[in-house]
Amino acid sequence: MGKVFAFHGGIHPPENKKQSTRQPIGRVPLPRMLYVPLQQHIGMAASPLVEVGEKVLKGQLIAEPVGRISAALHAPTSGTIRSIGPHPVPHASGLDSDCICIETDGEERWAEHQGLGDYTQLERSQVIEHIRQCGIAGMGGAGFPTDVKLHLGDDHIVNTLIINAAECEPYITADDMLMRERAEEILGGIRVLNYLLKPSHIMIGIEDNKAHAIHTLEKVLKGCELNLDIRVVPTKYPSGGERQLIKLLTDIEVPSGKIPADIGIVCQNVGTMSAVYRAVHKGEPLISRVVTVTGDAVAQPQNFDTLIGTPFADLLDAAHVYENKLYRLVMGGPMMGVTVEHDQIPVIKTTNCIIAASQDEMPPAQQEQPCIRCGMCEQVCPAELLPQQLYWFAKGKEFDKAKHHNLFDCIECGACAYVCPSSIPLVQYYRFAKSEIRTEEAEQRKADHARQRFEARQARLEREKEEKEARRKARAEEAAKAQKARKTPEAEATAQAPDLASLKTAAAVARTKLKKAQKALDAARESGEGDISELEAAVATAQANADKAQQALEQADTAAAKPAAAEVDTKQLKTAAAVARTKLKKAQKALDAARESGEVDLATLEADVNTAQAAADKAQQALEQAQAGAAPAGDADVKQLKTAAAVARTKLKKARDALKNAESKGLDGLDKLRATVEALETKADAADKAYQNAEKAAGGSAPGEPKAAPVDMKALKQQVSIMRTKLKKAEAALEGLEGEERTQAEQALQELRQRHEEADKAFKAAEQAQIDAAAAKGVDLKQLKIDAAMARAAVTKLERSLSKTEEADARASLESELVAAKRKADALNETLKQHEPA
Amino acid sequence: MTTVISAILILFGLAVVFGIILGYASVRFRVEGNPIVDQIDGLLPQTQCGQCGYPGCRPYAEAIANGDAINKCPPGGQSTIEALADLLDVEAIPLDDEHGQEQAKMVAYIREDECIGCTKCIQACPVDAILGAAKQMHTVITDECTGCDLCVEPCPVDCIDMIPVETTIANWKWPSPTESPSLIATDRGRGQVQQQEAV
Repeated sequence: MGKVFAFHGGIHPPENKKQSTRQPIGRVPLPRMLYVPLQQHIGMAASPLVEVGEKVLKGQLIAEPVGRISAALHAPTSGTIRSIGPHPVPHASGLDSDCICIETDGEERWAEHQGLGDYTQLERSQVIEHIRQCGIAGMGGAGFPTDVKLHLGDDHIVNTLIINAAECEPYITADDMLMRERAEEILGGIRVLNYLLKPSHIMIGIEDNKAHAIHTLEKVLKGCELNLDIRVVPTKYPSGGERQLIKLLTDIEVPSGKIPADIGIVCQNVGTMSAVYRAVHKGEPLISRVVTVTGDAVAQPQNFDTLIGTPFADLLDAAHVYENKLYRLVMGGPMMGVTVEHDQIPVIKTTNCIIAASQDEMPPAQQEQPCIRCGMCEQVCPAELLPQQLYWFAKGKEFDKAKHHNLFDCIECGACAYVCPSSIPLVQYYRFAKSEIRTEEAEQRKADHARQRFEARQARLEREKEEKEARRKARAEEAAKAQKARKTPEAEATAQAPDLASLKTAAAVARTKLKKAQKALDAARESGEGDISELEAAVATAQANADKAQQALEQADTAAAKPAAAEVDTKQLKTAAAVARTKLKKAQKALDAARESGEVDLATLEADVNTAQAAADKAQQALEQAQAGAAPAGDADVKQLKTAAAVARTKLKKARDALKNAESKGLDGLDKLRATVEALETKADAADKAYQNAEKAAGGSAPGEPKAAPVDMKALKQQVSIMRTKLKKAEAALEGLEGEERTQAEQALQELRQRHEEADKAFKAAEQAQIDAAAAKGVDLKQLKIDAAMARAAVTKLERSLSKTEEADARASLESELVAAKRKADALNETLKQHEPA
Repeated sequence: MTTVISAILILFGLAVVFGIILGYASVRFRVEGNPIVDQIDGLLPQTQCGQCGYPGCRPYAEAIANGDAINKCPPGGQSTIEALADLLDVEAIPLDDEHGQEQAKMVAYIREDECIGCTKCIQACPVDAILGAAKQMHTVITDECTGCDLCVEPCPVDCIDMIPVETTIANWKWPSPTESPSLIATDRGRGQVQQQEAV
């Protein structure tokens, strides 16, 4: 026998163990109902594997462990699952919790099970897994799953295994009786742990009040190969506390906040050893345990081998309870146990004792008296705490301070309350403070979690917002790009446009300046005042500036006209030409007015007219070039050409009129006007030619390009009818005229007639060409007609269905279909019209 | 005279040296943000309910750091006020009723057969504790719910209830032992009378 040390404090309450050791371990008659709570310990509740109504066999797995710290549950006997739901459970709260309720069938039929045989041949992890599957949990205190403790050997050096057989609490004799009757099983369990943890030293700590048990153990251990000591410790409560027992046997204190494994020690209860032995050697899961039923209110205090899930009522019946004497039903020992109100509460893996106490035995707690600071609690505290301080802190709800005074090292043994002369329920204060602190911590954790989630959500919303913004931007960019792409044909023009505009503005400004300077010069000349030479110099400078600006503008214009010729950008050119013409007209009008009034400044005006003429010519030329460039390209805009030709002719006519006027009036500058008329004539001819060329080209390509042809035909027809109307009008007007005017009008009429004939001829020629082309191509008119009719029918059909449909998506697709169909029908109709004999 | 000058010079030199050290320290050991805000935020219950009048717990923490009252948090209750008073070294004052009363921990519950799947409550939940999709039934992840009741208001069919958190074995707390009102034995009688009056 090795040396035994001592721990601080401790008390010696009346043992009351003799009552229940008189009888051997008995058996409880099979209860009708068993209630197996899903959670019997700290950690996660097990998850049920069975369903209501299912038949189960003894030892069958009915709930599997969830997570690391959790234990499997097995059917304690064969029977039927009646319900899985709330039932009173052995807990201080008196609350209900989920239990699997099994109605027993009395057959006690075992499920197939077998031990591991020679476990030393197996991997340690396999043995531990087997123990886990058998649902072995600590049977002494908190019911900590044993397999977790057995894994401690993986990351800790375990040099000492302590088997806790102290059973220090009064009344309880379950371990005592187990050692007396099943010492072999306990030794078997110790051998398994020896294999699993490989400790250098094994100690069994047992109190000296269990002489019988010590004797039996010694007998069994004789000749044992293990390095095993039985250490008999003096009877003192709470020597069975894990830390206290370690202190007793090794004189080592487990540091606060650490577990024994941190100092190389593992503690196991004797009851657990027996369960491990049964699991490993016989394959029996933990479905029963020894429970002490004692107290003054039972006739036969005794230990019972009880199935897990047996209601207390059945145990009390087995021990012949005196109902009238029963005052308090205590689960566990008198020091650490809790009073329960319900006798249907079932036995669980940690239930070691039930005390049916009479009123004399456990009178109601005395009225709490004020603390007198006697300090007795401090003297008995096995954890060497300051119970009085903790009491004040708990009472004042200064939980932080209580925590700093190592409240969590309190093992709630109740020694302090036992010795308190003021009957202060100290342990209750500590339990209250502990659960308050735990709740606060849980709330703090939850708050932190909520904050994390909140921040994550905020971040997500922010991110989504940004993404949305980015998408919007991307879309805008895309749209801008698309727009640009659409504008690419005019890209050059767009690039040039601002340039042109600014150039134009510059030119206009220069011109205005020039005009002003000239005006000033004129004024000066008229009045004969000021420095005329200076003014003249200014005018010259302004003139030079204006010329430069104009040149730049013209250059830019030509540059713009070049790509325009390729891309048919005639609009701008046309505008330019029109502007030039308007200017020319104005200039001419001014010239005419001047001539009529007989003013001297004719020369200047004429120069103006010439400049304007030149500009107009240039613009016109550019336009013609562009048109000429466009015409051979096959994109002949005949209409435009025609308009140009018409405009040229009108101009010519006007110029001629002006010339005639001038001639009749005999004014100066006739030569110039004549030259203008001539130039205009040339231009009109050129325009006409260009037009005819384009027309010819269009006519020639008509058979090949039916799309271009109808437009051409229409335009031609229109042209002819316009000519006709004009002709009529002219004829009507002719009638009301006399003399010279009449001859003039007649001349114009003649001209018109000629042009009408020309247009008519052109139209007829085009028509003939088309008919020829159609004939050449062999277009079947009938077929064409049928096709056109079918296309029209398709259009009407689509229209009808469109009016019936309401869904936007379908509508959109229908509409696009309709547009396509209409286009097809139109094209067919047009072709038909072309080919139909007029 | 020389002593006076030397003293002045020494003091000036010391001032320069310490000034440099302090200046370096203020750059080297610079603390980003206000650390007190984090501490206050850590004490607040993080329900993000906005009962204090600020859009979440952190804004309120910032407001407290800038001198706002510490008694505007009903979900935190008196214990939070006390913790804040402790931290900020101010007097603990009772909860401001204007912002609501301290009540038992609540958790949102969606009556699922009445839910129309509008997702409005999902958008309102500050901690993403409601699961669901458009036109699908929604449900509350009870473990994540902070009981802020922000989801109750937006529900168009009023199918969200705030129910008190159920006491189970897992969250059960040991009750406080019935406290003796008396401090010394002779006070007992008076104390009991007071207790009865209180009842």
